Amino acid sequence: MSVETWTYLLVGFTFAGYLYIGYLNRVKDTRGFYVAGQGVPPIFNGMATAADWMSAASFISMAGLISFMGYDGTVYLMGWTGGYVLLALLLAPYLRKYGKYTVPDFVGDRYYSNVARVVAAVCAVFVSLTYVAGQMRGVGVVFSRFLGVPINGGVIIGMAVVSFFAVLGGMKGITWTQVAQYSILICAYLIPAVAIAWVLTGNPVPQLSFTFSDIAERLNQIQVDLGFTEYTQPFQTKPMLDIFCITFALMVGTAGLPHIIVRFYTVPSVRGARWSAGWALLFIALLYTTAPALAAFARYNLLDNLQGKTMAEAQSLQWVESWETTGLLKLEDKDGDGKLLLTRDAATNEIVIDRDIIVLSTPEVAGLAAWVVALTAAGGLAAALSTAAGLLLVISSSMAHDVYAKLINPGASEAKRLLVGRVMIFVAVLVAGYFGINPPGFVAQVVAFAFGLAAASFFPVVLLGIFDERTNKEGAICGMVVGLGFTAFYIIGNRFFGMEPWLLGISSEGIGTVGMVLNLVTTLVVSRLTPPPPKEIQEMVQSIRVPRGAGTASSH
Amino acid sequence: MDPKQRLEYWRKNRLLIAILLAIWFLVSYVFAIFLAEPLYAARIGSLPASFWWAQQGSMYAFVILIFTYAILMDRLDRKYDVHEEEEGA
Repeated sequence: MSVETWTYLLVGFTFAGYLYIGYLNRVKDTRGFYVAGQGVPPIFNGMATAADWMSAASFISMAGLISFMGYDGTVYLMGWTGGYVLLALLLAPYLRKYGKYTVPDFVGDRYYSNVARVVAAVCAVFVSLTYVAGQMRGVGVVFSRFLGVPINGGVIIGMAVVSFFAVLGGMKGITWTQVAQYSILICAYLIPAVAIAWVLTGNPVPQLSFTFSDIAERLNQIQVDLGFTEYTQPFQTKPMLDIFCITFALMVGTAGLPHIIVRFYTVPSVRGARWSAGWALLFIALLYTTAPALAAFARYNLLDNLQGKTMAEAQSLQWVESWETTGLLKLEDKDGDGKLLLTRDAATNEIVIDRDIIVLSTPEVAGLAAWVVALTAAGGLAAALSTAAGLLLVISSSMAHDVYAKLINPGASEAKRLLVGRVMIFVAVLVAGYFGINPPGFVAQVVAFAFGLAAASFFPVVLLGIFDERTNKEGAICGMVVGLGFTAFYIIGNRFFGMEPWLLGISSEGIGTVGMVLNLVTTLVVSRLTPPPPKEIQEMVQSIRVPRGAGTASSH
Repeated sequence: MDPKQRLEYWRKNRLLIAILLAIWFLVSYVFAIFLAEPLYAARIGSLPASFWWAQQGSMYAFVILIFTYAILMDRLDRKYDVHEEEEGA
């Protein structure tokens, strides 16, 4: 069977599976809709969190990004995993004990302020919306690359599938489809990685063969021969301080992202929240420790196969031919010497490699069967759909729960709240789809903003809300304004108005670190200059620090 | 639960968090970023040591840290009799 037939078959089969799981898990109440009835076993919540977290970009682009950044790619590897330690130790168990439905719920109650609640809800919607646009686009791109469907058609198919299980099943439907999606995406990632490790080094475990074989040394040697620096050499793309700030901002931002935090509301207990964070990171690390190995293997393999070869030699490889037609690989003998040469200078460089090719081409390069290539398509779609679904739920719950049910119509019946939740999630799908079809130019620019925002707003406010009972409404609001204001000013100034990164050369990706520190300091100082929070708030803080009673605290 | 017990439980929890976060900072920021150049000459397997921490070791350490916290807190919860009645994990 051809690759295309296999792809239709696998994508069709997995989509039918997601729809079926969504149908089985349809819900009848808001507790099921927003927090899956708080009955998800920790290990499955871990899988769902991993799928929620790993987006189309993690799956398709990250290894490629690392293979071009070398050592400095660690900002993504550590930055997008280390936040789970913060989450597990500092936030998740206490938020689970508190046990409402959303992050703005906690912020609004802890700081006895509807202003804080609305600010948090608006931030949650903004952060999630910037993210989800990229996911819907990702679905379209996978469809167009593997099946020749126009991107817009792919986006619409993705919208239809997501809206079916998200509207019917809410968090419960999303959770169990995410468990299935994790299984698909991890197999799709690991099978080609194992195969290429085996082909290149004779050791099938990518992590081990990367560490113990001489592949990195050989890659370093090729790079040096070509006039590049060693692949494993640090700080080639950014200075040390910026690498530190970006990594820290991504970690803290991860811990502050609402669609990740709310996953820990769905487990049955505080203890479950702690264990679940461990499972989540284990499942994430399976992909994240494979990615740098894959990055190095694929880079070595591409250079080894193409560098110094004649055009005819290169094009005799079947995968070269097929990726050249997609435009992701461009070969051109510019100086007419009959050989292909990779150089640092774009004017003379004869081998142009798109970073997405690192993951997408691996199955073919390793000579794997057609069904593995098709599995990569299904894996990319699973990664994009699972992340999109989690984000859509946050958008829906912020509007329907935090704004509608808490502020606009507090007396609404259960049935009405559920209906509004379903309608909002459908509206969110339409908005996300619109942005997927008409991607605004600023999407790539604002992803840094999403993390900076989460780092400078949610993380400090929630952290101090738990660990410092003296933090009051005045402190939290001033802290958020200062942290957000500074971070937004720096990022917008730098990205849109050509402002120099004047603060020690820290880039807009890393400035969230500074915003977070400003927020923490402001909150602590202002809180101590103003009256302490009311007694019942101080008691609430005492109670969330102790696990017992999580079951009762949650039913409201 | 009397306030003194509660305070002691909270103090021990914070101490544990501080220790684990110190290790978290060491394996990621110190080994992989601040000492990236000095550790470059050392080897883990065939990779430069700082590179290994940056792209492999730190992530293994993160996973171990979270499970360690979960296990030790299970014990602490029982010791101070604040564990949950229904087992969730």
